[in-house]
Amino acid sequence: MEQSLITSMLFATLVAGTPLIIVALGELITEKAGVLNLGAEGTMAMGAVAAFAATHYTGNPYLGVLAGMAAGALMSLLFGLLTLTLMANQVASGLALTIFGVGLSAFVGKPFESLTLPAVPAIRIPLLADIPLLGPALFNQQSLVYFSWALLGGVIWFLYKSRAGLILRAVGESPSSAHSIGYSVIGIRYLATTFGGAMAGIGGAFLSVFYTPLWVEGMVSGRGWIALALVVFATWRPLRVMAGAYLFGGVMISQLFIQGSGLQIEVPSQLLSALPYLATIFVLVLISRNQQTIRLNSPMSLGQPYRPDA
Amino acid sequence: MHQEQATAAADAQPRLILTGIRKVYPAVVANDGIDLSVMPGEIHAVLGENGAGKSTLMKIIYGVTRPTSGHMVWEGQPVTVENPAHARSLGIGMVFQHFSLFETLTVLENVALALPGKPDMSDLARRIESVSKRYGLPVDPRRHVHALSVGERQRVEIVRCLLQNPRLLIMDEPTSVLTPQAVRKLFETLRQLASEGCSILYISHKLDEIQELCHSATVLRGGKVTGACIPAEETPKSMARLMIGKDLPACEHTAAPADGEIRLKLDGLSQASIDPFGTDLKNLQLEVRSGEIVGIAGVSGNGQAELLAAISGEAPLSEKGPVQICGNAAGRLSPDQRRQIGLCFVPEERLGRGAVPSMALSDNAILTAAVSKGLVRHGLIDFRAAKAFARECIARFNVKCAGPAAQARSLSGGNLQKYIMGREIMQAPKLLVAAQPTWGVDVGASAFIRQQIIDLRNAGCAVLVVSEELDELFEICDRIAVIADGRLSPTRPLAETSVEDIGVWMSGMWPGSESAATSTSNQ
Repeated sequence: MEQSLITSMLFATLVAGTPLIIVALGELITEKAGVLNLGAEGTMAMGAVAAFAATHYTGNPYLGVLAGMAAGALMSLLFGLLTLTLMANQVASGLALTIFGVGLSAFVGKPFESLTLPAVPAIRIPLLADIPLLGPALFNQQSLVYFSWALLGGVIWFLYKSRAGLILRAVGESPSSAHSIGYSVIGIRYLATTFGGAMAGIGGAFLSVFYTPLWVEGMVSGRGWIALALVVFATWRPLRVMAGAYLFGGVMISQLFIQGSGLQIEVPSQLLSALPYLATIFVLVLISRNQQTIRLNSPMSLGQPYRPDA
Repeated sequence: MHQEQATAAADAQPRLILTGIRKVYPAVVANDGIDLSVMPGEIHAVLGENGAGKSTLMKIIYGVTRPTSGHMVWEGQPVTVENPAHARSLGIGMVFQHFSLFETLTVLENVALALPGKPDMSDLARRIESVSKRYGLPVDPRRHVHALSVGERQRVEIVRCLLQNPRLLIMDEPTSVLTPQAVRKLFETLRQLASEGCSILYISHKLDEIQELCHSATVLRGGKVTGACIPAEETPKSMARLMIGKDLPACEHTAAPADGEIRLKLDGLSQASIDPFGTDLKNLQLEVRSGEIVGIAGVSGNGQAELLAAISGEAPLSEKGPVQICGNAAGRLSPDQRRQIGLCFVPEERLGRGAVPSMALSDNAILTAAVSKGLVRHGLIDFRAAKAFARECIARFNVKCAGPAAQARSLSGGNLQKYIMGREIMQAPKLLVAAQPTWGVDVGASAFIRQQIIDLRNAGCAVLVVSEELDELFEICDRIAVIADGRLSPTRPLAETSVEDIGVWMSGMWPGSESAATSTSNQ
């Protein structure tokens, strides 16, 4: 009994943390190139509704994920057009993108409000899933949970081992220097922004197709913002992003268990609901106070438009 | 390795020929019909004041910007340089005036970024070490750039260029940040390169350097070629005439008066830097008296920013005592309170610190002169008085601008500096602290600003000048000290020291200093 409770809580924690990891890693790549896209919440909403619609019509959840990814990429291309080509303010444009995405997804999603999708079966990895306690939680999971792990490895390899990642970090640190040695700052920023948008779209798709297979207006419910905060509080380091996401998921699931367990505790439920947000930020602030690491990992040109002089 | 090439340079074809290069920006013609030719193995100076169009011309050669019209012939072939990568593939390398290095990356990563293709990292590290050994430019490929001194950063830039075997190396004001000893080493490297057949375009406004190093020179003024000369056959004076079109005014400097009262006293000032990559100040002692100019020399990044912030009040101390201004223990006072007891301050950074870029000149005047010039009455701004003050400052300091309503950012660097200096000097301070008062300002305006500082001292003000330009300090100062690694040397009267001595001090090796005994030069 005890064992199955731990396993199921671990299972639920991983599932709750997964969309945050995917969205935050996408945003991390965007920000490492020096672009601050605050539109993650709206982009996730658009990804969620597009994925739901595509899955509803085709019956294939993976076509849904592709549709969510495409919707997210389109949203970020719109953001790129505004901020990279037309040099609009990144903060204002990002906020506008969120408002736009949340509103448009509600409008487009009206016909799907009362529908549900069949649950997507988990993928069981033979042998590994037989490990007691951890196996069923870690290796009998949704495909996108495995994807988030692969994404983490890919992002770490890209940023710190590949030449393309080196160029990306250089652009985020000093766009004028990168331009003067011959890199296309705007082009690289477009690619990074599009990647971030695509990941936010997949994060949205996970919510509406895998996590709770239905579409409700406002179902993203602040996860886009949490993902943005994770990137900053994790001081732009991928492993800490994952740690923060699972911490958030873990506290979220624990407080749900407590609320649902019928235990008589004298704490308002609203406070319990706020707990994951508080705990995540508190822990991440504590572990990342070192000025040196912040300075070494934060992209210097974050949020500043760059106009190459012709 | 190209020794034969260098000796055969006389009858070889020119490496680079520019004809009729013209570059028009919306407000200004930066280059107007420039012709230039460089032979293999030649060190060719491009001489001119700020705004003469030197940097624009170099950016055109390196493909950073495109000319509006004109032709370029590279080793006998007409070319249009599309971008810096194209320039590098042709064999053109450039060392920028403001370094184009990435601070959070290692030396190795910085070099790899500038090379084409995907260099193998461990092989590249070996190549960096072999090139740096061959040309006497020691750098450690594994270190992060932010931890390097300015001299080391420049070496990284040069090594980065040399790895691509350039046949033309462009150096944009390379010595402005170096100690005299480092300049000498750089010249040795450049001569070695030239003897191997590499052409060098050397941009500078320092006439003595050009005379020492360069084979030939092209002089620019106002975007046009105004002359060409063989520097060895000229005097600095005759080249200055070519460069600014008239003789250079000399500063008048009289002896310092007898002991004035102490206006600034640093008494054991120690403070940790706010910037994680900054330099902590360690037990600084200094006195500046009325009627004298004290200079602080040193390569930037040795604690100047922290010292200035501690004096101006931007980084207040935890104790009152270590900073005393006009007899007041001022360590915990705010910048505004310090101004009220007689301090005026000219920061190094003009836009954003010395002036608000998007505000009018008259509004910028209010920011520091509100109290001392009575520009605020009953809590309301007296705009008429502010405009009159700004207008007077513009007239007296010969600031070229559209008037008191012009935005600070619309002025050129030199003109804005004249305005900021004027604004502070006209407040008749008891103590003036100026950082890099003539940095990036052209020769004529520099001489004017220096004369104004001397006049202010003659009127009884105490002046502290923090500068990287030794020539400037030796021209205006009465006493001079050196800051190195957050420590301040004792001051010496100008007559008792020399550029050579101060150069040695700049690497932290003054008599009685901690590093004099143990460490070696960090340059």
